[in-house]
Amino acid sequence: MAHAAEAGKRGRTRTGVSKAGGFSSDELLRAYREMLLIRRFEEKAGQLYGMGLIGGFCHLYIGQEAVVVGLQMALKEGDQVITSYRDHGHMLVTGMAPRGVMAELTGRAGGYSRGKGGSMHMFSKERNFFGGHGIVGAQASLGTGLAFSNRYRGNDNVCLTYFGEGASNQGQVYESFNLAALMKLPVVYVIENNRYGMGTSVERASASQDLSKNGAPWGIPGAQVDGMDVEAVKLAGEVAVAHCRAGNGPFLLEMKTYRYRGHSMSDPAKYRTREEVQKMRTERDCIDTVHARLTELGVTEPEIKQIDDAVKQIVQDAAEFAQTSPEPDPAELWTDVLVEG
Amino acid sequence: MATQILMPALSPTMTEGKLARWLKQVGDEVRAGEVIAEIETDKATMEVEAVDEGRLARILVAEGTEGVAVNTPIAVLGAEGEDFSPAPQAASRAGAVTPVAVAAPAHVAADLDWGPTRPTTVREALRDAMAAELRADDRVFLLGEEVAQYQGAYKVSQGLLDEFGPRRIIDTPITEQGFAGLAVGAAMNGLRPIVEFMTFNFSMQAIDQIINSAAKTLYMSGGQMGCPIVFRGPNGAASRVGAQHSQCYASWYAHCPGLKVVAPWSAADAKGLLRAAIRDPNPVIFLENEILYGQVSEVPTDPDFLLPIGRAKVERAGTDVTLVALSIMVGVALKAAEALAEQGISAEVINLRTLRPLDIGTVVASVKKTGRIVTVEEGWPFAGIGAEVNMQVIERCFDWLDAPPARVHGLDVPLPYAANLEKLALPQPDWVVAAVTKLF
Repeated sequence: MAHAAEAGKRGRTRTGVSKAGGFSSDELLRAYREMLLIRRFEEKAGQLYGMGLIGGFCHLYIGQEAVVVGLQMALKEGDQVITSYRDHGHMLVTGMAPRGVMAELTGRAGGYSRGKGGSMHMFSKERNFFGGHGIVGAQASLGTGLAFSNRYRGNDNVCLTYFGEGASNQGQVYESFNLAALMKLPVVYVIENNRYGMGTSVERASASQDLSKNGAPWGIPGAQVDGMDVEAVKLAGEVAVAHCRAGNGPFLLEMKTYRYRGHSMSDPAKYRTREEVQKMRTERDCIDTVHARLTELGVTEPEIKQIDDAVKQIVQDAAEFAQTSPEPDPAELWTDVLVEG
Repeated sequence: MATQILMPALSPTMTEGKLARWLKQVGDEVRAGEVIAEIETDKATMEVEAVDEGRLARILVAEGTEGVAVNTPIAVLGAEGEDFSPAPQAASRAGAVTPVAVAAPAHVAADLDWGPTRPTTVREALRDAMAAELRADDRVFLLGEEVAQYQGAYKVSQGLLDEFGPRRIIDTPITEQGFAGLAVGAAMNGLRPIVEFMTFNFSMQAIDQIINSAAKTLYMSGGQMGCPIVFRGPNGAASRVGAQHSQCYASWYAHCPGLKVVAPWSAADAKGLLRAAIRDPNPVIFLENEILYGQVSEVPTDPDFLLPIGRAKVERAGTDVTLVALSIMVGVALKAAEALAEQGISAEVINLRTLRPLDIGTVVASVKKTGRIVTVEEGWPFAGIGAEVNMQVIERCFDWLDAPPARVHGLDVPLPYAANLEKLALPQPDWVVAAVTKLF
């Protein structure tokens, strides 16, 4: 449990603006760019939803960007990522093209699933992103299986298996913990604790409040991490990934984060106050924090604005592509039900 | 007063066993609960305990005797102090033991001529199929409860751990949802898992992973991410294990696009179709039947023997009525066909083998010849396999029908435990005969 204590301590102490050690300015710039891309992408998705161009369920990641960006920085090529339906950020950070993701949201032929998956069901074998799963908690077992495949093949890849604090109450999460610990599988379970499973706060849903201890009965080390601080996230991720890569079995990270938007687009948001959301946005925002750090390190506003403009351009391009890409051919209805031959 | 000790049934489906060893000799004192003999079945070795106390007066079945039917007297226990004389064992044994020959299911020629065959149990055929594919492809592995060290709850995986080791033959804890999800994840990443459910009744714990994750991902990913996986295990009623352990899932899984669903009957079906299922790039539900495990039939010895998924087999040719059956009900339909032949009705019996994709072409061709159809299934009638087959027949060859389509099925109740009630709830050959004779 030495790792856990270490990571946990780092995580908890790294609140707000982290000054000691941490990222180089290049790393900070990368984190800033990637977090900003997710934010702008999600804002645009929200707009397109409002215009009726995106249908069904659409779960935005705004507020939680530091989690996926920091953790992805701890991975290497070949490591897998799997998550729930709040998945747009995960896809962008694994290197999937914003055009393809946005076009899937609009249900167009240019989408990653050729319009047949939608917001919650996108995959990229090439980028080792395994979805995009709409059933709460199901990806915990699937991610355990991805880790199993790494061990079976004898490689040292690790699977990052994300789920929310709401999913952390599902029975199969604990079945997975047991299996992963028994088999010593290289899986980092990441609980993205954004404090609300739909409209139910974590206090009302979980008898355990320190979710990083939820793997303790199986001897799975865990750490609670400030998920609004991308540097703390990356550091904790490195500890967890190294633990798994070395063959020590699973690791559990609880990312204390916050979503600014509703659970989905149709969320009346009666379960929390405007003030609570506003306080997080103004005091703890992951992008503002990095922006401030960049300024401290002497990165100038024009340089930052250059990034802002580039990101804006990427998102605008993705939105245009998503609106101009044709709808899938009706023949697509009958393809991909089974692998033929 | 002397009491007879009878050959016990050690499992719900045991009909006979081998009297492996006597631990007591004639004249020995026996206390209630004391182990007096060992019995072997094809699944397990078990100890026989004395129910009463007394002195072992006679041994009626010598140790080493095979094929001792359940309920055969195997020894006589004399009451304490009772006078007894040793019996001529050979004579008693000859009278008491009736080895039960296992009848091979009646078979017409296999679809292709695969050359020489040998008698094989369904259980061995399944094991041989897995072993062959495990040898051929390192991506294939077997996991489930008791599949490795215990050699399989029904001994289907016997010997596999020895040959392939714990990396590929993997015991899991009793967590169907967890290990099914793990296997689906492994399949999405290119491995080829075989998941054994101890029985399909327990697959309900994992059905979300089977339907939502395994069956739908290929479609939801626009063809990027398939799931080559086999879920197999015994399905349907065994014998007197009650409602929760006796359900047929054929129509449940056959309902879902993205899955293939296979239900073998003979040993050749079991081997040829399981090999095809393991090689298939899609998720395959492979519905076995516990009662069939011990049945023997001919299996081609050709190492490349394989049967195509999606093709039914005409097990018996006929001209007057088409009987369409799956799994253990193929045997019921064949018995009914024999009885019908005595009444002058020639029944054609189709073994569906695969439920999804359904080989409706073979069924329709037969119905166009006979003009009548009766489906035979163990499951419940509502939205069942019979309902589907008959509807498709109506859609495709209504004008050829000389009588309304009919179906024989398990009764629409949770399966009862009592022996008489259970028998009343499951299709018997005379139900099929009755359903057919109504059509003329």
